[in-house]
Amino acid sequence: MDNNNIPRTVPIQSATFSNPTNAEIRRAAATGIYDIRGGGAKRRVPHFDDLLFLGASVSRYPLEGYREKCETKVTLGTRFAKKPIELDIPITIAGMSFGALSGPAKEALGRGASAAGTSTTTGDGGMTPEERGHSTKLVYQYLPSRYGMNPNDLRKADAIEVVVGQGAKPGGGGMLLGQKISDRVAEMRTLPKGIDQRSACRHPDWTGPDDLEIKILELREITDWQVPIYVKVGGTRPYYDTALAVKAGADVVVLDGMQGGTAATQDVFIEHVGLPTLACIRPAVQALQDLGVHREVQLVVSGGIRTGADVAKALALGADAVSIGTAAMIALGDNDPRWEDEYQKLGTTTGAYDDWHEGLDPAGITTQDPDLASRLDPVEAGRRLRNYLKVMTLEAQTIARACGHNHLHNLEPEDLCALTMEAAAMARVPLAGTEWYPGKAGF
Amino acid sequence: MQTYNLEADGLRGLNTALQAQNENVTEESWEVNNPKGSHAVAVGLNAPIKVTVNGSTGYYCAGMNQQAHVHVKGSVGPGVAENMMSGVVEVEGDASQYAGATGHGGLLNIKGNASSRCGISMKGIDIVVHGNIGHMCAFMGQSGNLVVLGDAGDALGDSCYEARFFVRGSVKSLGADCIEKEMRPEHIEILKDLLERAGADAKPEEFKRYGSARQLYNFDVDNAQAY
Repeated sequence: MDNNNIPRTVPIQSATFSNPTNAEIRRAAATGIYDIRGGGAKRRVPHFDDLLFLGASVSRYPLEGYREKCETKVTLGTRFAKKPIELDIPITIAGMSFGALSGPAKEALGRGASAAGTSTTTGDGGMTPEERGHSTKLVYQYLPSRYGMNPNDLRKADAIEVVVGQGAKPGGGGMLLGQKISDRVAEMRTLPKGIDQRSACRHPDWTGPDDLEIKILELREITDWQVPIYVKVGGTRPYYDTALAVKAGADVVVLDGMQGGTAATQDVFIEHVGLPTLACIRPAVQALQDLGVHREVQLVVSGGIRTGADVAKALALGADAVSIGTAAMIALGDNDPRWEDEYQKLGTTTGAYDDWHEGLDPAGITTQDPDLASRLDPVEAGRRLRNYLKVMTLEAQTIARACGHNHLHNLEPEDLCALTMEAAAMARVPLAGTEWYPGKAGF
Repeated sequence: MQTYNLEADGLRGLNTALQAQNENVTEESWEVNNPKGSHAVAVGLNAPIKVTVNGSTGYYCAGMNQQAHVHVKGSVGPGVAENMMSGVVEVEGDASQYAGATGHGGLLNIKGNASSRCGISMKGIDIVVHGNIGHMCAFMGQSGNLVVLGDAGDALGDSCYEARFFVRGSVKSLGADCIEKEMRPEHIEILKDLLERAGADAKPEEFKRYGSARQLYNFDVDNAQAY
């Protein structure tokens, strides 16, 4: 038999040792350093895409799309604050730092959010005058590092967000690498220029929930009980974290799932720690309901919100509002195909660029390089963000009307079904075509 | 002199009255009686006033202080003068954990001992402790001076940046990247000024100086065991 004519086995790639996996092994072997990147979990996890709305039929009647009102306003901080935050839409901009983002990018976020009638949020590193000036409603993050933290800025805030954790790295701190530490960033953080800035993983002056209660008391005393106090947690134990935040006196709980982004942390952290956003919402809502404070203590959900459908689904599961970070950056111009040639030079491609910590962002958003930063026009980028927020709101309203609701907050779990068993279990809504979800008794 | 009975009249009234001085100083001298371990006493002040607290306080006494001189005639709970920006906070007794945490400026003068994590993440504050300090003090200290007339506990200055530490007594152990450094004339001057301002009976020459070796400023895998 001619050996050349023997049928050969087709080369089969290992599902376990895939090319990306092997590439990471080689990279680790060559450098001795774990991979650091920005963004949130890239792996496929059960998400809002696995839910569908049922829409109106004989048993429910819809509202007329362009004739009948569907309200979108939301008020955050009604529990204790003298001045709760009133938003026109239930979509807020998540905390992103000046340092991680350029000054123009922060300005654009403020412009876009303000034009859409919603709030934006500071980040690690403090509040810049540009950001305050362009944000009608600004939430001031109170972080473990306390970089740039001062009582003057605290009093300028419309709300305070005590950050316990975030979805990309619950239990972890941060790192802003030296190449992004410009003179201004270094001065704001009281650190030498060019060093790698570590952000602590837990607060320096409190540890458990009993301490948090006293910390919140102090913040309220300093701000005359005027502004709402949010507590932000990464999604890990949402029932207990929500309950403890309520016990500690939070006005608002911000819950960030693992698809929520970060400026920089270890890839292994992003992909292997935390819960998918979908799995966080119902336990958190359950905690609020068990404590009798659902809607009195508002729940803001973040991590992978992209469309009005995602907004509507999060609200239907019991959230009061959502928050966007990665999507807002894309609206500004992050990962835009117009920069493909430059992404290629950086060894990546449009949609996959996530080395935000290196400060080389062709779109001029995640950089402190003045030339790169000048590529972003904050007025135009702010307009894009405003448009995007408006579209998301219109999409959510479209769905709510179709389900017969005159306010986005009237969306409810009964409007939903799930496409997969996993999503049904996490969202606690029936598998499509059934009345059952995993964990539901009596079927 | 304005006198306030904290037990009878409540915390909100006290801080409201004191913070009203931020806008317009109408009374420069205040006395607070019966604090009885209350939290958040005299927080958020931003005026050149003198507040004397007759007794011990709980968490976060004089938190985020600016300009004011807060004098506690007792001991203080965790986080005294946390994130202080300026002014003086003086404690006659002992201080619990995190004294002066993240402080940006001003002088925290503790006549007794300070517990663990004193000066954690300090960002410019000056802290003088007349007694001893506990473990992990000045962890990630960025800027400012921590002066200890007594002894320091384990892991002093762990992962510190540019903060300076002056210790007269023993140091049980130094934290990662913290080393003993040469005491140069400019440091003697800094220390002399701080000791005078704190009313401390000690000579600068009796102290040793510690600070960052600056080996962990940029990540290096060969230092991984230190992280």
